[in-house]
Amino acid sequence: MSLILRTATRYLMPLLLLFSVFLLFRGHNKPGGGFIAGLVAAAAFSLFAIANDVRAARALVRVEPQTLLGAGLLLALMSGLLASFGGGDFLTGVWGDVHLPLVGELALGTPLFFDIGVYFVVIGVALMDVFTLAEETVAEETELLNADKKERRR
Amino acid sequence: MNTLLILPLITPLMVAAVSFLVWRRKAWQKWLSVGGACMSFVWACALFESVRDGEILTMQAGGWAAPFGISLVADTFAAVMVLLTATMGLAVTIYAVRSIDERRAAFGFYPILQILLMGVTGAFLTGDLFNLYVWFEVMLMSSFVLLALGGERAQIEGGIKYVTINLLSSAIFLAAIGFLYSVTGTLNMADLALKIGALPASLTAPLSVLFLVAFGVKAGLFPLFFWLPASYHTPPAVVSAVFAGLLTKVGVYALIRTFTLIFAFTDVDVDNLLLTLAGLTMVTGGLGALAQTDARRVLSFLIIAHIGVAVMGLGLNSTRALAGTIFYLIEDVIVLTNLFLIVGIMGRVCGTFELARMGGMYRTHPMLGALFLVPAWSLSGVPPFSGFFAKLALVQAGLEVEAYTVVALSLVVGILTLVAMMRLWAEAFWKPSPYVVDAAQDKMQTGKMLLVPVCALSLMSIGLGIGAEAVFGVALTAAGQIDNANGYIEAVLGVRR
Amino acid sequence: MIVMLAFVIGGLYAAGLYMMLRRSITKLIIGLSLLSHASNLLIFTTGGLVRARPPIIADGATEIIKPFADPVPQALVLTAIVISFGVTAFALVLLHRTYLTIGTDDLDDLSKTDLAQPERNG
Repeated sequence: MSLILRTATRYLMPLLLLFSVFLLFRGHNKPGGGFIAGLVAAAAFSLFAIANDVRAARALVRVEPQTLLGAGLLLALMSGLLASFGGGDFLTGVWGDVHLPLVGELALGTPLFFDIGVYFVVIGVALMDVFTLAEETVAEETELLNADKKERRR
Repeated sequence: MNTLLILPLITPLMVAAVSFLVWRRKAWQKWLSVGGACMSFVWACALFESVRDGEILTMQAGGWAAPFGISLVADTFAAVMVLLTATMGLAVTIYAVRSIDERRAAFGFYPILQILLMGVTGAFLTGDLFNLYVWFEVMLMSSFVLLALGGERAQIEGGIKYVTINLLSSAIFLAAIGFLYSVTGTLNMADLALKIGALPASLTAPLSVLFLVAFGVKAGLFPLFFWLPASYHTPPAVVSAVFAGLLTKVGVYALIRTFTLIFAFTDVDVDNLLLTLAGLTMVTGGLGALAQTDARRVLSFLIIAHIGVAVMGLGLNSTRALAGTIFYLIEDVIVLTNLFLIVGIMGRVCGTFELARMGGMYRTHPMLGALFLVPAWSLSGVPPFSGFFAKLALVQAGLEVEAYTVVALSLVVGILTLVAMMRLWAEAFWKPSPYVVDAAQDKMQTGKMLLVPVCALSLMSIGLGIGAEAVFGVALTAAGQIDNANGYIEAVLGVRR
Repeated sequence: MIVMLAFVIGGLYAAGLYMMLRRSITKLIIGLSLLSHASNLLIFTTGGLVRARPPIIADGATEIIKPFADPVPQALVLTAIVISFGVTAFALVLLHRTYLTIGTDDLDDLSKTDLAQPERNG
């Protein structure tokens, strides 16, 4: 929990998160995509957890990793199923043009939502692992510490 | 109709996803899983109904045409296995509701069980080798978690062995896939069947052995089975039941698919090798079962013994033998799941799985004793039960090709199974209890809910025996499709061979 | 290049197996990840090594100019990497649990489930 790491994290984290969103949207036609974007975002949160502590990181994520995982899975599934409802094969891309004010015409398709789903699943799984491992280690250390104290008291 | 193919796959995933959303509400997860298992069962029935007459359903994921995209294929064999998976899934989910403790439920037992079922279903339905690898990994990862969940000492010991050996087999499988792709340029199983014939045997023989080793580990074939009895008895009975019923059978299924669809079109002949391995597997499993003193370990070795019998059908390599294998797999899945569930109840009543410390259950639980005999006799192949008809078909097929040794071994293994089962029954039920037990208290521990899936599965094995002719008819249809792969290839690729 | 990679793959397999045969569980997990790296590299290599020729049809052309890099092995490797990421994460959690429960990193202390132990359940 060094001061340098904490200070650096304060600047690195927003950059990493922005970069992960950039990777996510870039992924359709160029290198990038939901998986690595999710890993980058999870790395950002893990960095925060290392620099501060797990509880602070959990508070920062706000929702539980399991919720992210479930929501991401559902989103990916639904975007895949959309084609099935229309009589096509599962996971077939369905595209539609959406007119957004200020932005203009936007081609929106189910692959994008699938990717966003993957993004959340990856964040959820990675954070679940990191948080669980980190918390177990913390619990173990406090246990050792307490045992140590007891020993000394004797 | 294509949607029917993905529904049994999507339903468990959907249930798992919603369960993750309601992570803290264990009761919701529980009933969601039961509901999802019921739904999967309905879809699997519908899928089976639509292919039972020999039709083959295919779906190309993402609409990408066959050799390029990932194909899902349901022929009769696959649909039968999917139906079995869904049935066992339903049975173990109901059993789990009353037998899984809160701690395991808090760590996500129910969603992970659903993901395991999805992995098994996916492995049965896929028509692509790499996709098969992915399903294997889905299945293995969730099974690792189920195996280690709870964190008891024995579970962790078993878990490490299971993880190591299965990852090794996955690495071999992956390497085999890499080689196969580099020499054929495709991984679609139907397309492989068309292209592999052009390769020399010097290439296909080592490839086939790589696949044999990779799937042999998963199935628990003779020199590669040792991880199974070291790990299957450590988790709660429900988990052992679903592992025993389904996971090894996926290995056998993969063996049947690769060796009848892909390597059947090469000069490689592994039939004798398979028969030898099958014979050794049977003997080791049967003798191993007799040597054990823990009820669950007896069953673990019996799984191995009966994997040997199933693989024997593949080695005999005729339509009748394959039909026998399919019938045998159906019976084996139901019976072994059932046996592990019953032994789970017995362990709850006696407080131990050690045969020496069990006993006296004939007085306190006579019904359970009767229920135990149904799958026990069925597994041993006693005449009115389903196991007899399955083995009859295999023996006939074996005699047709004059493979007397392996046929004799398969009969011996039936006797060994019978001895092992009767020993289990005598120790647990017939022998007076080594302790003074309070019968009334014991009745409390059983729980009526646990008996529901057990009774249902027992009725099913009796039904399989009575309706053996109809079941064998379905098995023959499935075996016919496997034996003559042209239908499969045409259904996937849309071209004739 | 392929010959060199073949040696690298062989080396990785050998190192992985060697690590797996050690008694430490940590080394076992390192060995398992080396094995999966070896398999990934193997798929990548057997797909054929082509430099700087993406499998994209140029503007205006109707056919791709050979030789081009086969995208399938790369996709397979990517999937396999994702899977081995998950498996390794699980194996690490398992290792940690093992250490917490049994208090050792020595595989020899884990040999008991294979043996019948009448005294354990009592």
